[in-house]
This record gives sequence, C-alpha cells and structure tokens, in this order.
Amino acid sequence: MSDIFEKVKAIVIEQLGVEADEVRMEASFEDLNADSLDIVELVMALEEEFDIEIPDEDAEKIKTIGQAVDYIKQNK
Amino acid sequence: MAGLRDVGFWGTGSYLPEKIMTNKDMESLVATSDEWIRTRTGIRERRIAAPEQATSDLAVEAGRRALENAGVAPEEIDMVIVGSCAFDMFLPATACLVADRLGARRAAAFDLETACTSFIYGAAIASQFIATGMYEKVLVIGAEVMSRILDFTDRNTCVLFGDGAGAAVLGPVPAGQGIRSIHLGADGSGGKALSIPAGGTRMPVSEQTLKDRSHYVKMNGKEVYKFAVKAMDDASTIALEKAGWQPEDLDFLVPHQANQRIIDSAVKKLGIDPSRVEVNVDRYGNMSAASLPVALDEAVRAGKINAGDRIILVGFGAGLTWGSMAIQWAQRP
Repeated sequence: MSDIFEKVKAIVIEQLGVEADEVRMEASFEDLNADSLDIVELVMALEEEFDIEIPDEDAEKIKTIGQAVDYIKQNK
Repeated sequence: MAGLRDVGFWGTGSYLPEKIMTNKDMESLVATSDEWIRTRTGIRERRIAAPEQATSDLAVEAGRRALENAGVAPEEIDMVIVGSCAFDMFLPATACLVADRLGARRAAAFDLETACTSFIYGAAIASQFIATGMYEKVLVIGAEVMSRILDFTDRNTCVLFGDGAGAAVLGPVPAGQGIRSIHLGADGSGGKALSIPAGGTRMPVSEQTLKDRSHYVKMNGKEVYKFAVKAMDDASTIALEKAGWQPEDLDFLVPHQANQRIIDSAVKKLGIDPSRVEVNVDRYGNMSAASLPVALDEAVRAGKINAGDRIILVGFGAGLTWGSMAIQWAQRP
C-alpha cells in the first residue's frame, strides 16, 4: 500500500486513538467512532501533514480512509 | 523598553449569577442530550442571569470584587474598560454605567467589543496607558449575559454559552515583572462564521428579522472550531516567543473556555501538564469575554498562580479575533 496510506493511518491512529488493524482502506470514520469534531481535527492534521487545503464541501464527502487517501493523491 | 513601566495585575474578581442550568435542563428546550453536550464540549452546566440582571449588573459585582482584591478605592481608578458582546444597550456605553455605579468618578470609560477576546484586548490597551505613565490604575472587566442573545431553539449554539463577569485591576509593577509580551490579531474575512446579523445598521430590527431570529447568535461550528484550534496554538506560541520563554518555562496556562476539546488540543501541542491549566468550561460554559477573567480570578484565588509564576492568557473569538499575553505574575505592590 502507498506511502500516503501509511501516513494517513498514523494520523488516524494518533487522532482517534484506534488500533492499527482497524485502519483499513474501507473503514469509515463512523466505524472508527469519530464524531464531527474528531473529523474536523483529522482534516486539520491531514492538511498539515500533506500541505494541502481541504475545503469544507470536499471534507464532507470524505467518509472512509480510502476516500481520504484518494483525495490526497489527487490534490497533492 | 526604556522609559516605559512594567505593568501587572494588582487584583482580580468575578461574579457568577446564582441560577444554574444543567445539560438536563437543556434537554427540555432543544433536541440534545447531556451525553452529546459533555462529549463534544466538556460543558456540564452554565449560569443564567436573573431576569432583572443586565450585563452592567454582573460587571459591577465583578469590578467591586477586583477593586477589593487589589486594595484600590474606586476613586483611584483612571479608566474603566468593559469588554462584551452583549452590552446593556447601544447607547450609552455600559462602561460608563459601571464606572458610575462603582463610584469611579475620575475614570475615563468605554466599551470594547472583540467578543471572547475582549478581556485580552482590554488588558492590552490598559497596559499601554500604564506603561507610558499616563494612567496608574485601570479596571478591565469582561461581562456577558449571553442568555439574552442566544436562540434557545438552536441546539447548535444555545447549549454552549453562559452568563458571568470577571475583572482585573492593572497597575505598575516592579521592573522585569508583569506583562512580558502581548499578541493581538483579527481577520474579518471570517466574520460571518460567528455573528449576530441583525439589530445593527446593516440589518436594523424589523418584523422580518424578528421572524428570522437573526438578532441571535449564529455560528458555523465547524469553521469556528477549526479556527479556534489553530488560533490557540499559534497565539500561545507567539506569546512565548515574544517573551523569550521556552514551553517548559511555562508554569500555568489560562485559556479561553469555549470547549474542553479545544483546550485539550492546545494543551497537547504546548506540552504543558493538564494540572497546570485552568478549566471552568465544565461549570460555566463559554462566557465569551467573561471566561478568561473568571478563570484567571479563580486560579489566583485557589493559589494556582503565585508571584513569580510565568503564565499565558490566550483566547479567540468572533471577528475573528485572537490574542495572547505572557505574564510573570507580580506580587501586589
């Protein structure tokens, strides 16, 4: 799996306090028990890590780890 | 800073209305739950002013207690600044009413509105007048009756705020003590994120504005949250740097009390032990301009802040605005 996935995974583990094996491409943030504020913090951490801006309307469409990885790939 | 005096906090005071409104009480007004409010904000309860109490009434009590604590008589006060976003009325300035009620007859008085950042802005302004020698003692008050400007049908805002007032007397302190750095900022491009759209000159009160409930606080929670996390982190770091301190030099942090999770995020980034951070958001909610001075007063009175301690005040609010202040707490003269 890509380098981006590994970085996203590390951030998700740090921000949401979940186990590494729970963070799979198909896992949704809801599955990982993230509430709306967790997701805001997660988006901020991803923006900082990858030096990108994720507008709110885009952020709302990102529901799973895989979608986050794809978004970063396309916008980096 | 040749020729300028160092400025510190001579005394603090606060006043909280007696009536407590719990999260459970909120459940009867809007579709919310104690669990939802607690996990997202850390708030358990907030104070609500009595029907006959206006912002100036809370401000006068907090101001009186700060004067007593500082050992300063009202006639000695040179200037009274009241920070708020919920003044008694448009005209006159609430600060004039407060100065009169306190008996601060010699004092200049004016209101200041940078929302939750008002106390830091007020203390910053006060410090400049004292540093130059123009004034000796300035009373800075943050006071809010948020419950009058909240829409109690909007669950995204009404559960977050509470009423209260905090105050401080600032005056000159021995060289090398007191306020070591000040950082203030504003970005009006984010003004819409947190506003009361109607009731001013842009959208005067009309039947329509009343119907739309647009004279109440409106907030884009996500946008404000994002801003707040960044602002707390940036402003704290800048205050530290300007003071020439390292994060490990910090003895105590007094952050604005909007949300426990915003505080947690700042605490984590600063690397300060949570036991050295003042928190009252659980008991009072976000009291806007009053949150910081109440937190400061409670920390000082509880003996958590002592002479020589290096502390940071940091806040953010509507505007958008933000501010921070590094203080080497000085013994009262």
